[in-house]
Amino acid sequence: MDRTSYRELRFTPRFWGLVVILGAFVAAAGGIVLYVEHYGHIVTGMNNQIVWGVPHVFAIFLIVAASGALNISSIGTVFGKKDYKPVGRLSNLLAVALLIGGLAVLVLDLGRPDRLVMAMYTYNFTSIFAWNILLYSGFIGIVALYLYTQMARGVPEIAQKSAGMLAFVWRLALTTGTGSIFGWLVARQAYDAAIMAPLFIAMSFSFGMAVFMLVMFMTTGISTRQFPVALRTRQARLLGIFVAVVLYFTAVQHLSAIYVAEHAGVERFILLEGGIYTLLFWGGQVLIGGIIPMIILFSKQAATSGRLVGLAAGMIVLGGFAQLYVIIIGGQAYPLEIFPGFEVSSSFSDGVINAYTPTMLEFGLGIGGVALALLLALGGMKILRIMPDNATE
Amino acid sequence: MTSPLHKEKGAELSRRDILKSGAALATVTLAPGVTLMAFGGKKAAAGEDMPADGLKPGARWGLLIDAAKCPEDCSACVSACSAELGWENNGLETDPQWIRKVTLRDKETGRTNSLPVMCQHCESPPCVDVCPTGASFKREDGIVLVNRHTCIGCRYCMMACPFKARSFVFAPVSDQKSIAPRGIGTVEGCTLCVHKIDRGDGTTACVEACTATGNNAMMFGDLNDPESEIAIAVATYASVELRADLGLNLGVRYQNI
Repeated sequence: MDRTSYRELRFTPRFWGLVVILGAFVAAAGGIVLYVEHYGHIVTGMNNQIVWGVPHVFAIFLIVAASGALNISSIGTVFGKKDYKPVGRLSNLLAVALLIGGLAVLVLDLGRPDRLVMAMYTYNFTSIFAWNILLYSGFIGIVALYLYTQMARGVPEIAQKSAGMLAFVWRLALTTGTGSIFGWLVARQAYDAAIMAPLFIAMSFSFGMAVFMLVMFMTTGISTRQFPVALRTRQARLLGIFVAVVLYFTAVQHLSAIYVAEHAGVERFILLEGGIYTLLFWGGQVLIGGIIPMIILFSKQAATSGRLVGLAAGMIVLGGFAQLYVIIIGGQAYPLEIFPGFEVSSSFSDGVINAYTPTMLEFGLGIGGVALALLLALGGMKILRIMPDNATE
Repeated sequence: MTSPLHKEKGAELSRRDILKSGAALATVTLAPGVTLMAFGGKKAAAGEDMPADGLKPGARWGLLIDAAKCPEDCSACVSACSAELGWENNGLETDPQWIRKVTLRDKETGRTNSLPVMCQHCESPPCVDVCPTGASFKREDGIVLVNRHTCIGCRYCMMACPFKARSFVFAPVSDQKSIAPRGIGTVEGCTLCVHKIDRGDGTTACVEACTATGNNAMMFGDLNDPESEIAIAVATYASVELRADLGLNLGVRYQNI
């Protein structure tokens, strides 16, 4: 049995300092939402060609990371790895917090966020978006139940294991749904690929683990708790494998597309001639978010240096943002092939690379979502017995 | 009946009552979008004082565009649509464009031609498939529309449309047409002049304008009516769909691309 004791976080000056900083970002994002709501999306960098911008990059990162953050709990409960059990509660809390942060950004970037209630009662069941609404709300409910089975006294082991299994299966469905938002877009050369779903699942394992570890570092930094070295080392190794899996799926994604002549144009754009997108792909995703952290995480030093592990996790998060920027915005920047075999021109950006210059408003909204997720996680750790008191080795 | 069109019957009737009472301007200003339901209200109105040829049973309204007759320097269809439906494109990336002229140059032969592109009114519209709220919908007669009461502005339809046929309203709009109300934060596009079809005009603004120029590059009609001019034309001469590989069965067909 799990004999770890759990305690709420204490109020410390560092705790309050972090709350104030995160609260300021959330408040700023709230102001941005009201501003954009009043003037319209004209004040953002988005346009009729790039209709999903930086807020979607943040939102989808958080949603993908949410399902990945849950893995830590699953590894403990479903796969029976004891080292992971003491941090299972945090894993569940963080998963819900990240999802709420991501959904908040997604919803507040709608053209009519005031009409969100529409999406609650006018479902179109052929829409993967509508399915995702069910998958996301179901996720929050199931993970809350899972957390309850972890926290309540006298809950039989089988109940916890069952809830954990359900949550694990649900999270796989959820990320499949998120990847399929792009995978099922037949119109665009950069998407329309079934590999998007497993790619997003791999990304969620990697981003979620990285974010979880960063939150562990953050929490241990503002409290007296410790990040057990054995757990940290295990997680670091696993994170290295997840990063490798993301690189593998990315390689298959692009190699498959290159092989098909009709996708050669978009692949040349992303991989060679796409300017910022090419830079973000090779420099951001592959190098900073892939190869370098993998080298760090598989090195002997990673076992002894928390800083190195933290650095690698941070790089993976940055690489994740770069990857989603390339997928979401790079995919829209490349022109639609409406007339194969023709050079096209029009007054509506046909045949040209679509321009997009994100504004600070969009970054502000996205960062607000991250801050909201962290604030919710901190709040949860304050009022609930989430963090192990003696997360010993 | 479960079509979204019929659900809106009440909205249509109230709008008609308001129009009759002479408060049309106030209606449009105070609640843009309210009168949109006029698009779908034909059946509700049938038997009253409007002609009953809007939702013609079994109809599939469509366009046939002959690129060989469409001069590159002519944009009469675009201007007519803009004037009829009250949108304006001043060249900004955020400006709407419900119909646009596209110039094509064959990469191999260098041959050029020009044609208008608008919503292709697919039989299997990806925009309708992806819309989470069902705001993107297809009428029984094949016209694909956006219900701006239920559009939440997620722009997924714009991501899904293979033809870039839709625009997002980026800023507050004024001076809207009562036949095509527009609203900030929602998505819009070609309505195939559904208001003209429903009142029995038997044509669209773009086709009227094209015919008036003497180019006669555009033809409107019921593709399902074997006696119609458009059905005879597509049965007689070769025509193609854009992105035929997607198998969407478009309501708009092109000749001589």
